[in-house]
Amino acid sequence: MNKISLIIQREYLTRVKNKRFILTTILMPLLIVGFIATATFLAIKGKDSHKIAVIDNNSFFKGNLKNSNEVSFDFPAGVDTTNYLTKGYTDIILIPKFEGSQKVNYIIRSKKRISITTEGTISDRINAAIEDKMLQDAGINKLILDSIHKQSQFAELKAVEENGSTTKESNAALSYAIGFGSGMLIYITMFIYGAMVMRGVMEEKTNRIAEVVISSVKPFQLMMGKIIGIGAVGLTQFLMWIILIVGLTTVAQAFIPHDVLEQVNTLQQYNGQMPAGGMVKAGEAAQQIYKVQHTISTANWPVIIGCFIFYFLGGYLFYAALFAAVGSVVNEDPQDAQSLMLPITMPIIFSFIIMSNAVQDPSTPIAIWASIIPFSSPMVMMARIAYGIPGTVPYWQLAASMASLIGGFVFTTWLSGKIYRTGILMYGKKVTWKEMGKWAFRKS
Amino acid sequence: MSNILELHNLKKYYATQKAVDDISFSIKQGSIFGLLGPNGAGKTTLLRMITGIFFPDSGRIQFDGKDFDPLNDIIKIGYMPEERGLYKKMKIGDQALYLAQLKGLSRSEAMEKIKFWFKRLEMESWWNKKVEDLSKGMSQKLQFVITVLHEPKLIILDEPFSGLDPLNASLIKDEIYGLAQRGSTIIFSTHRMEQVEEICDHIVLVNLGQKILDGTVGDIKQQFKENKFSIKLSEVPAMVNSNSFELADQQANALTVRINEGFRSNDVLQYFLQQNLTIESFNEILPSLNEIFINLVEGTNATSRAFQKMTT
Repeated sequence: MNKISLIIQREYLTRVKNKRFILTTILMPLLIVGFIATATFLAIKGKDSHKIAVIDNNSFFKGNLKNSNEVSFDFPAGVDTTNYLTKGYTDIILIPKFEGSQKVNYIIRSKKRISITTEGTISDRINAAIEDKMLQDAGINKLILDSIHKQSQFAELKAVEENGSTTKESNAALSYAIGFGSGMLIYITMFIYGAMVMRGVMEEKTNRIAEVVISSVKPFQLMMGKIIGIGAVGLTQFLMWIILIVGLTTVAQAFIPHDVLEQVNTLQQYNGQMPAGGMVKAGEAAQQIYKVQHTISTANWPVIIGCFIFYFLGGYLFYAALFAAVGSVVNEDPQDAQSLMLPITMPIIFSFIIMSNAVQDPSTPIAIWASIIPFSSPMVMMARIAYGIPGTVPYWQLAASMASLIGGFVFTTWLSGKIYRTGILMYGKKVTWKEMGKWAFRKS
Repeated sequence: MSNILELHNLKKYYATQKAVDDISFSIKQGSIFGLLGPNGAGKTTLLRMITGIFFPDSGRIQFDGKDFDPLNDIIKIGYMPEERGLYKKMKIGDQALYLAQLKGLSRSEAMEKIKFWFKRLEMESWWNKKVEDLSKGMSQKLQFVITVLHEPKLIILDEPFSGLDPLNASLIKDEIYGLAQRGSTIIFSTHRMEQVEEICDHIVLVNLGQKILDGTVGDIKQQFKENKFSIKLSEVPAMVNSNSFELADQQANALTVRINEGFRSNDVLQYFLQQNLTIESFNEILPSLNEIFINLVEGTNATSRAFQKMTT
């Protein structure tokens, strides 16, 4: 036991002290935050604004086309396709005369290519205007029409999840984000840490240090020490990311003005409504922050984080042992590793595909089965857990999934231990799957 | 002296060949023992059974008077495999410390011994270097220190001198003698015969998984001598013709003769004395281990076997 802990220590310390580890651990959250910030910034600022000249042969559209920041319509006189650019317009639309109810092509000309979303917006606006015109032609008063427009879109869907006798607010978008995010994270880490185990084993084999170490400890101890040590590296990395993200959010909050924060607190106290007799009305910023915080709080974080750690470790142990076995039979040729890795990477990739479906529809039979079978359960179950226990995932399914994952990694570790024991001391020969099977299932 | 190691009818069969086929021998405590054999003879398999890496299919290993118990006896064995193995990116001091602790030494004990050996072999300045910065000979030295650091009763060295310059080789050789004098037993696996002749007390030659020679270097040479003598005369003889011996080779006044059956060396001397020739020197030519080795191994399919790799 003492020797295993020595091996774990070495595996852990050499990796944690490595500059690359420190760099990725610190840079990753910054990179993610930076990525989100840039994406948001670009989404807000990066939109093209179009100033469109409309040449309307029906003289109907004037005043009926909705303007917005991105797209504005104008009905100038004396502008045609030859001179709209010089007159300060980015695009020009030619609307032909209506001919009954036939579909007509409207032609928009521009110098810059129009994006799909802008094209959709323009098309929607024009169609809405035509719809209005048709309704008016059918005898509906314009005033009535306007008042209907003003009042529509008043339904806001608020999903509530039944949880025994109590109900709980749920949010499908958040569940999706959590499910997909954690599934994705497990997928990536499985590859990163699995490959790290495999490279470590290969290094020991090609360096021939394995023979020196194995004359001091059992091969199984060496393998387990490596797997546990690298698993601990993974956990450390997660822990540091959580700390960094929490730290960064706290720092970010310091930039929110004090009065806004107070408003957010009041909103929280009164469940999203400003007290009737309150002096101030909550500002837009405070409302937004409250909304985000409120949405995040609807998720059952302790359960999600607990399950995430369980499924990360279980999935890691399940696959790391197999990666170690592959590393032990590979010789110097990295091409061998590629082909031997395939049967291990295939189920991982396959699980990822099931996971991306399960996160949209967590209760299909495929999703349920895949969340119980240990090959795919770490990813798929995380996608489903985000939708709630025991609502979407009954307790029995969770228990079955956890039990089979534990059984699964005990089995893969046992199997890999047998392959590893023989493979690590074998040089110069390409090992086939059949031989590996023979090593795994022979006695002693 | 008692035997540190006794092998009784050891067998280890692989799917396609008998790697070790019924080998028995014993090694005396404090001796320097040579395990010889061509490539693929089964030496490595034999050594791996002695180091507890492999279990024999049948047979018995006795270590230090008791049945060999790999889990507990492993600390009393130091094994330097033929292919040297060290972590390339690890600092040398940390590496020695780690491997010594794996052998069961406490951290402080390990530290003390590493310092002693590093000082002894002038390696103190290496502590913070990495293995990838060392030359082949230097890492060889380090490997040797790591092998003997925990003062094992049995030290197994597989080709310890390959890659060493003469200076470092003699340094290591002296250390090997020193360790043997302090009571350690050394098993020395090699196919460099001149080193064996120089260092080993006792040798065993294996081929095709079987033991074909066992004895002290002197005994074996006696056993394989061809009754050859070299004679140096003061002048070149005219005609050499005697029924007691045959002339095998002649280079001016240096002759090599083979004594015929039923005659003694004195008969040769007598012949030259009768010829009234002055004898400057007269020596028996014992075969070198190299010659014995080649004689015994040649003709068997040892070389072809070396290309059949193990399959398990």
